[in-house]
Amino acid sequence: MIAMRGIPWALVAMLIPFSNAMAQSQPGTHRSITDTAVHWPGWDQVSQALLLRDYNTRVVVIGATLLGLAAGVIGTFAYLRKRALMGDALSHATLPGIALVFLILGAKNMPLLLLGAAVSGILGVLAVIGLRTIPRIKEDAAIGIVLSVFFGLGMVLFGLVQQLKTGNEAGIQSFIYGKAAAMLHRDAWLIGGVAVAVVAACTLFYKDFRILCFDEEFAGSQGCPVVVMDLAMMALVVLTTVVGLQAVGLILVVSLLIIPPAAARFWTDDLGIMTLVAGASGAASAWFGATLSAVMPRLPTGAIIVLCAGVMFFVSMMAAPRRGVIAGIWRGWSLSRRIGLQHVLRAFAEHEERYAEGVGITMQQLLAARSWSPVSLQRSLQRAIRRGEVTRGGDGGFRLTSAGRVEAARILRNHRLWELYLIRHADIAPSHVDRDADDVEHVLSEPIVRELERALDEAVAIPPSPHAEGGGV
Amino acid sequence: MTANSASDHDAACPVSIHDLTVAYHRKPVLWDVDFAAPEGSLIGVVGPNGAGKSTLIKACLNLVPAASGSVRFYGKPYREQRKIVGYVPQRESVDWDFPASALDVVTMGRYGRIPWCLPPSRKDKAAALQCLDQVGMADYARRQISKLSGGQQQRVFLARALVQDAQIYFMDEPFAGVDAATEGAIVELLHELRARRKTVVIVHHDLQTVSAYFDHVVLLNMRIVAVGPTNEVFTDENLQKTYGGRLTLLDKAAEAIAQGGHHK
Repeated sequence: MIAMRGIPWALVAMLIPFSNAMAQSQPGTHRSITDTAVHWPGWDQVSQALLLRDYNTRVVVIGATLLGLAAGVIGTFAYLRKRALMGDALSHATLPGIALVFLILGAKNMPLLLLGAAVSGILGVLAVIGLRTIPRIKEDAAIGIVLSVFFGLGMVLFGLVQQLKTGNEAGIQSFIYGKAAAMLHRDAWLIGGVAVAVVAACTLFYKDFRILCFDEEFAGSQGCPVVVMDLAMMALVVLTTVVGLQAVGLILVVSLLIIPPAAARFWTDDLGIMTLVAGASGAASAWFGATLSAVMPRLPTGAIIVLCAGVMFFVSMMAAPRRGVIAGIWRGWSLSRRIGLQHVLRAFAEHEERYAEGVGITMQQLLAARSWSPVSLQRSLQRAIRRGEVTRGGDGGFRLTSAGRVEAARILRNHRLWELYLIRHADIAPSHVDRDADDVEHVLSEPIVRELERALDEAVAIPPSPHAEGGGV
Repeated sequence: MTANSASDHDAACPVSIHDLTVAYHRKPVLWDVDFAAPEGSLIGVVGPNGAGKSTLIKACLNLVPAASGSVRFYGKPYREQRKIVGYVPQRESVDWDFPASALDVVTMGRYGRIPWCLPPSRKDKAAALQCLDQVGMADYARRQISKLSGGQQQRVFLARALVQDAQIYFMDEPFAGVDAATEGAIVELLHELRARRKTVVIVHHDLQTVSAYFDHVVLLNMRIVAVGPTNEVFTDENLQKTYGGRLTLLDKAAEAIAQGGHHK
């Protein structure tokens, strides 16, 4: 195959170990592990769960992990298509279908339940699309209306199921809140099949999904079958949601579609990598949640999975290298530190310009040079001394070192060049340029300075201050 | 359409629009547009807000359904001529925070000719890079698109249309909100396209530059007010007709149709 940069072929590879593990599993008893009493797990249990020794645990953990993978991958495209909340409407709208199948059959028939869920979920999506075309109803309102009305209808039908007292209401409850432990090996295979379908479709139709998410109109003009691709994408979201209902619950299943892609977006600007990261973090959250609830059976699997994804999101938001919050704060802080230092050095340069090279400057003179607080001046001055650009003389005055003088001259020159540029080319009054120059000069790069020199015909010298005598800094 | 509609479209004409009417929510926004674009010319589509300028382009590209009428490209419908028609949508129509580089976006211009299920080849990437270079953006190929300025984003969109290597281009307000350097680059590009006998239809907002930029002009306000060579048609009188005084009767008729639709 041709080199496929940015295409999640690797996702296919990620599936292989899981399919092996499942193939080796013995068909054991379908005993629910929720029967064990509440107690803190010993090391034996933890290692059992981690090493997937127990058959039931293996089924649950593998099923949940594949679900997280599939949801993270298809969720990436739904998220970028701004359809993430549509998934929420969809999952809530599955409840009437589930309850209706319960009512009619009076028993838990998994394939029919999932079919009912899918049908009523799709009806919900169609209702959102239909409501949207009505003037004055925006998408958020349409989603809110469909989500709550379908869920309400489902709860009423659920109430009827309870009245029947068939003893199956516990089954329906697991669809609402999620109970991964109730997963049978058949269910895990179903999830595995959906995961394969999702990964295959997102790999084969990567191009179409990408252009559809970025620019629907251009996609249409390129001959991309926009409606078919949109339906295919929505169908994959429906499939993933429906097979995930039992494990995570219909209230929380949408989180697996939204949170991993939102977290992945912080780490990369490449769609292929984002898809991989979202799939991996969805899988990791689901694996962790399922393992933990295998060890501590009374913990709700769905909720743990969501919390785990939430932690990953929070860490991504804070710590991601370029887009993260901490990186942003650090950038702002180091810029203001640099600006403070440059202000100090410029004050030195202007002082030497007025008097003579090597003349010391006192703290009082520095404080008068510009409107800065004594604290911030002190901090920037200490920094300049640490960097070897300024020394403290015996008389209590401060002087530039020779290295500091070079740097200070460069800073002063950039400032003056920028001031001149603003006056000559941007028609800004000399009395106003100083503050404007202040904002920009600290971020001037070498190429911009070269361009300034060309524009101003000032190749070497530091231009004199454009301000009237005594106008100062 | 009537049986004789095919004969109304000239096979030598790059874009011929016949009796085109478009309605949103039953409210007509374009009435009976008739237009034949001369080959190898730069055609400005000018008119006030809500005149249906973008709608005209989108209807030509089958992006909004036409209530009636037909559009032909060299005598054939859009479906058959897709490969020779390039499109530059409005810059604001997409979310620029999408995870893609400038090169990724330009490569999308080749998606129409890459076989299904296959990724872009090295040749596609090379073509995209060359078109980026043509709009002076080669240095920004790897940059994330949200980190580009408005003018640079517009150039990326132009490069994406160039890589389509079309005969006919539709551009929706390419000059909106761009810097002087980009404006100059776009004008240069348009002249180059014209020299290669391409036909370019451009929605334009700035009346000051119409005479300088376009050979032909379409004055549009829900219907065609005037159409023809710029020096003949772009007159004060026609502008007055296009911009001055709302077309109260047409408005009322449109309103009545929309209302009637709800009462049915």
